[in-house]
Amino acid sequence: MSLTTAHSVVAPSANSKRIAGAIIIAYALISIVPLLWIFATSFKTPPDSIAYPPKVVFQPSIEGYCNLFTTRTRQTPEYINSLGPATGFCDETVRKRNMVIAGPSNFLPRFVNSLVIAFGSTFCAVFLGTLSAYGFSRFKVPLADDLLFFILSTRFMPPIAVAIPIYLMYRELGLSDTALGMILLYTAVNVSLAVWLLKGFIDEIPREYEEAAMIDGYTRLQAFWRTVLPQATTGIAATAIFCLIFAWNEYAFAALLTSGTAQTAPPFIPTIIGEGGQDWPAVAAGTTIFLVPILVFTILLRKQLLRGITFGAVRK
Amino acid sequence: MAEIRVQHLRKAFGDFVAVQDSNFVVEDGEFFVMLGPSGCGKTTTLRMIAGLELPTGGQILLGGDDVTMLRARERDIAFVFQLFALYPHMNVRKNIGFPLLAQGMPSAEIRTRVEETAKLLRIDHLLDKSVSGLAGGDRQRVALGRAIVRRPKCFLMDEPLGTLDTEFRDLMVHELRELHNRIRATTVYVTHDQMEAMSMADKIAVMNHGVIEQFGTPREIYDRPATMFVADFIGSPPMNFLKFGGGLAKGAKEIVVQGARVAVPEVREDIAPADMALGIRPEHIRFDDASKLRGAIYGTEYLGTTQIVAVETADGIIKARVPAEIRLNAGDHVGLALNGARLSLFEKGSGRAVRTAIHDMASERRVRHG
Repeated sequence: MSLTTAHSVVAPSANSKRIAGAIIIAYALISIVPLLWIFATSFKTPPDSIAYPPKVVFQPSIEGYCNLFTTRTRQTPEYINSLGPATGFCDETVRKRNMVIAGPSNFLPRFVNSLVIAFGSTFCAVFLGTLSAYGFSRFKVPLADDLLFFILSTRFMPPIAVAIPIYLMYRELGLSDTALGMILLYTAVNVSLAVWLLKGFIDEIPREYEEAAMIDGYTRLQAFWRTVLPQATTGIAATAIFCLIFAWNEYAFAALLTSGTAQTAPPFIPTIIGEGGQDWPAVAAGTTIFLVPILVFTILLRKQLLRGITFGAVRK
Repeated sequence: MAEIRVQHLRKAFGDFVAVQDSNFVVEDGEFFVMLGPSGCGKTTTLRMIAGLELPTGGQILLGGDDVTMLRARERDIAFVFQLFALYPHMNVRKNIGFPLLAQGMPSAEIRTRVEETAKLLRIDHLLDKSVSGLAGGDRQRVALGRAIVRRPKCFLMDEPLGTLDTEFRDLMVHELRELHNRIRATTVYVTHDQMEAMSMADKIAVMNHGVIEQFGTPREIYDRPATMFVADFIGSPPMNFLKFGGGLAKGAKEIVVQGARVAVPEVREDIAPADMALGIRPEHIRFDDASKLRGAIYGTEYLGTTQIVAVETADGIIKARVPAEIRLNAGDHVGLALNGARLSLFEKGSGRAVRTAIHDMASERRVRHG
């Protein structure tokens, strides 16, 4: 029997596979254009970045990255000439534009803030979510359905709807512009998602595993740690990615509640524009770097993510 | 190993009573089977013995100690689940050694014990394989290995053969019984499959609606069912029932069924007039044209050595197991002769068996054999 002659009712035909492939490729190309544009712009010089018609072929430069990581001051050519030789590529590039490097920019600390807050809140949300999902899944919690609905209901309105009260509360509590405040906030927003997603995953794990472990001499916590958790890794990874993407990309709260020490990258990057004209390459460079962690994290966990999105629909 | 004593055990989930007042003793080294249809409370009873459910009332004694309210891990028992519950993230060796790890046993000793156990179960060649790649029977053996490796006070098994193919199941029934004969571990085994129960058990408890209908050896349960439920549940095809009316007097040796006189084991108690049922195992029916109890052949099932013949009587269909050589045609009228020494009598209302000579025969025999 050959697969080409046999007609299967369930398997898609070669033609429909081809059409599906074409659609996916077209969609992928369209989706990737803005990313490519950002990536390309980050390597253009400021004049190239605003050239019309847009330059597709250009002389790459890391001026955008130089500008992203530094602050500069404009000086007279005489002053610049009086300085010693340029110490590096950035120095040289900046001097050509009649400027000198005044010091490091805030990008790096802001980026670190983003990392700390996003990963910190993801860890908290997934940790709390796993424990409460396990509780809801395995125990008779009084009013479990109502509680779960309540947890879900915190997602009903856009988080920004409560921005003003939270702003006032944070000011009173001294949580404004602190990493702790942002971690708490993102954890609170994400934990509902984490509980619901993880409850689904944990429900799928037969409770016989823990029962077997408990009979074999383990406490419930040990049984949870040794038998449930290893099997929930797929769900935990998927949940972690969703939480991380939210916390990493969040702009509105970050713009409202952080302004200085705890400011994250999303509200910081647009502020680059204002410093000395519209510096699109620097903005693009910031965006490119900003995309990297989430990209790496997603690629690392893509297998779990893919399996996670199917919600345990595929079972052995 | 230890004796298990269950006293007045009761479990209610809200209004639903899963187990009502169960009492039984599993003696040290005995293979005890709880048999019954799904939802009869057998698994709940097992889970209470294991400590996975706490009883609403009653007591469980394990080797003389009251364990009724102890946690599962404090009871020193092993449990084999229907789905085996092998940890997919561990290989066979780690799965079997898992209970020993909990005891804080040194790893060298765990290694020896795991290997001994694996040899006993003939799975030593699989020790470093992943459990997800194993066939059903090997999974079963690994689950058993995890149970026996720690030498617990008793083994509890919840339909452990339920998910296996029929062919494999017969093999495992044999293997389990053989294993039991070798290690003589007190075992409580739950199943809904009467063949498994009959072929493995030293003692069987037949449960229905949370009540133990009968507790006894496979032979007692088959030959002298205590209730109509047991009579109907055990045996394939099950016991036939023919209704008859009127009371019974102590010493009666004959009843009248459908106008025919039928010899029965001597009745040993007085029964007030009520609806009664005569219970006849299919193999205790012969075809005899002289008999007044008659019926028409309805259909036959040929089984090789025997055949099951369905006979339509005035009181519905009766199934007889007769030698395969007898040629029968549908529609033939036949007389049915019953083996008077092996019949059971029941009160239809309560389903209770009437005390007759077959019960006393049993106790006499037991006395004689000491």
